Amino acid sequence: MAAPKVERFSSALIPLPAENVDTDQIVPARYLKVVVKSGLADALFHDWRFNEDGTKKTPPFVLDDPRYAGRGILVAGDNFGTGSSREHAPWALDAFGIKAVISTSFADIFKNNALKNGILPISVDATVHSQLMDVARSGDAAQVSVDLASAALTTPGGAVVKFAIDPFAQKMLLGGLDELDFVRSKEADIEAHERAHPGTVNTKAPQAAK
Amino acid sequence: MPPPRWGGAPLWYARSMAKTIVQKIWDQHVVSQDEGAPAILAIDLHLIHEVTSPQAFTGLRTRGLKVRRPDKTVATADHSIPTTPRNLPIADEMAATQVKQLETNCNEFGIPLHGWESPNQGIVHVIGPELGLTQPGATIVCGDSHTATHGAFGALAFGIGTSEVEMVLATQCLLQRTPKTYLVRVDGKLQKGVSAKDIILALIARIGVGGGTGHVFEYAGEAIRALSMEERMTICNMSIEGGARAGLVAPDETTFAYLKGRPHAPQGAAWDEAVARWKQLPSDPGATYDKEIVIDANTLEPMVTYGTNPGMGLPISGSVPDPATESDPASARALTRALEYMDLTAGQSILNQPVNTVFIGSCTNGRISDLRIAAAVLKGKHVASGVRVMVVPGSADVKRQAEREGLDTIFRDAGADWREAGCSMCIAMNGDQLAPGEYAISTSNRNFEGRQGKGGRTFLASPLTAAATALSGRITDPRTLA
Repeated sequence: MAAPKVERFSSALIPLPAENVDTDQIVPARYLKVVVKSGLADALFHDWRFNEDGTKKTPPFVLDDPRYAGRGILVAGDNFGTGSSREHAPWALDAFGIKAVISTSFADIFKNNALKNGILPISVDATVHSQLMDVARSGDAAQVSVDLASAALTTPGGAVVKFAIDPFAQKMLLGGLDELDFVRSKEADIEAHERAHPGTVNTKAPQAAK
Repeated sequence: MPPPRWGGAPLWYARSMAKTIVQKIWDQHVVSQDEGAPAILAIDLHLIHEVTSPQAFTGLRTRGLKVRRPDKTVATADHSIPTTPRNLPIADEMAATQVKQLETNCNEFGIPLHGWESPNQGIVHVIGPELGLTQPGATIVCGDSHTATHGAFGALAFGIGTSEVEMVLATQCLLQRTPKTYLVRVDGKLQKGVSAKDIILALIARIGVGGGTGHVFEYAGEAIRALSMEERMTICNMSIEGGARAGLVAPDETTFAYLKGRPHAPQGAAWDEAVARWKQLPSDPGATYDKEIVIDANTLEPMVTYGTNPGMGLPISGSVPDPATESDPASARALTRALEYMDLTAGQSILNQPVNTVFIGSCTNGRISDLRIAAAVLKGKHVASGVRVMVVPGSADVKRQAEREGLDTIFRDAGADWREAGCSMCIAMNGDQLAPGEYAISTSNRNFEGRQGKGGRTFLASPLTAAATALSGRITDPRTLA
């Protein structure tokens, strides 16, 4: 289970001009009955993309629009990823080939889940967002490049825009480092804390007769 | 320097030392923190279920790791299981595989499982409190965003993704940044017919679905203190719908009375010690918050959502907003789309809107007090002709209690469907779902497009409003019931 590694990439943009895009749209709940992470590319935005009979909608949803084929950066409205904790959302984005989502803000759990899968949740201010959305909606194939080390993207116009990213997540992604390995390296601290704080929760031993 | 007493300390010092309950719980659980890194936070209770855990166990196997603390981990099956009688096999092959996988994982790694045929099975956020596992001051996580429910006990409880589930299984710790705090003070008293669900729907309507992002809500004030534990759970449950991963209520005598004597609660001297410790948890006087909001309970009405996110809610006497009056173009666009999906007209009254289905259940409102409220409305009456009413208890224990009280008979006699425990139509993974275009009034927590079945349309409301609506088949103000 290799940790994701991200340095830099560039892509033209896909427009998704909707606010509060929720995880039930990103991956409808009926696709959560899987026991593996793979195979979710068709689940991504399924109900916005497909008719009842499984054929693609006409006109096609942006992800299936030939004008946007092969692109890896989604520009979406504010508060992207609101809703559930399903990591199937970034798994599906990854399976489809999305490397970053640009928005003005992200829901907390989605943001965490995305970073752990090497998908960058890039928050920009409303002005930059509106410019990028315009470029995306025009269908322009101009590239936006993203450089994680400098936490900056370069717009098609050549402007360099810094974005905020958790410095720890940045370091882990740049190095392809594993967060679980990092926490396991603190074994002595964990043991010491466990000894000092045994706690009163024990799932194995009921303590009182009901 | 010795810690100052409040009376003698300078105000600036008192302020800097005064802590919120969130800061207290946080400080007690930080294992270590490298410079620039998130804290490593110790987790007291890890709840798992069939949907968000299988890939985490696969990860453990790949790495050759064990579950570090199976004694702080507990499992149940709730999301994908059917709510039809338990003597029937799970017809959906994928769901059956998922439930079987949970059993295999729990057996292999030594985790207590309240499986789908267990007397303690139920929605993970209903059984934690029932069993006395949910305790004040604890850190509680689960691969489910409604984990905030447990905050009702003064626990710091939040939803995590599957990578984080794997980390907690392996280390009983999480990497976390310190959250910001958001005081939600609810003053005054609720009027008759207005309930906890209406408080939380009103809050979300005020601040929006992203209003609490990056924060933990602390619910306080007279109206919160007056609530039962089950009502507090309803409020904390929907913190995530306001954007906050967690929401909590400081523990008090109501909390201790609920917990005392439950199977996993401390007892004897350990109970007294625990209560003494828990009494130190409430936020100190003078503690400061990153954000605050005050809501006046006296002025609240029953709430109903009209749109496709939980922030699109209004008082039941209100009318559906008009995109033309929205100043922000993005909000206008979102509202237009929502009304189109819901097939509602700007300016129309939400009262008397017909529904096809009534769903009473979920981790928001599937506990015994919710069922009692609904049963009191339906007793001796019959649901409107052509309306499907599903009552799904939140746990096997809630179901048994309801049956002891004869509530099942009341529901059946009224023409409602009385089912086995599970998440059911809240997430519609198990076959309990709306047909395309159908309307439901639902006591659950999300009204997203397709949440209760592809093409289905959801109005969120309290159990009281849902039950009143069941009788008429149209959205009904419960205050008008005789």
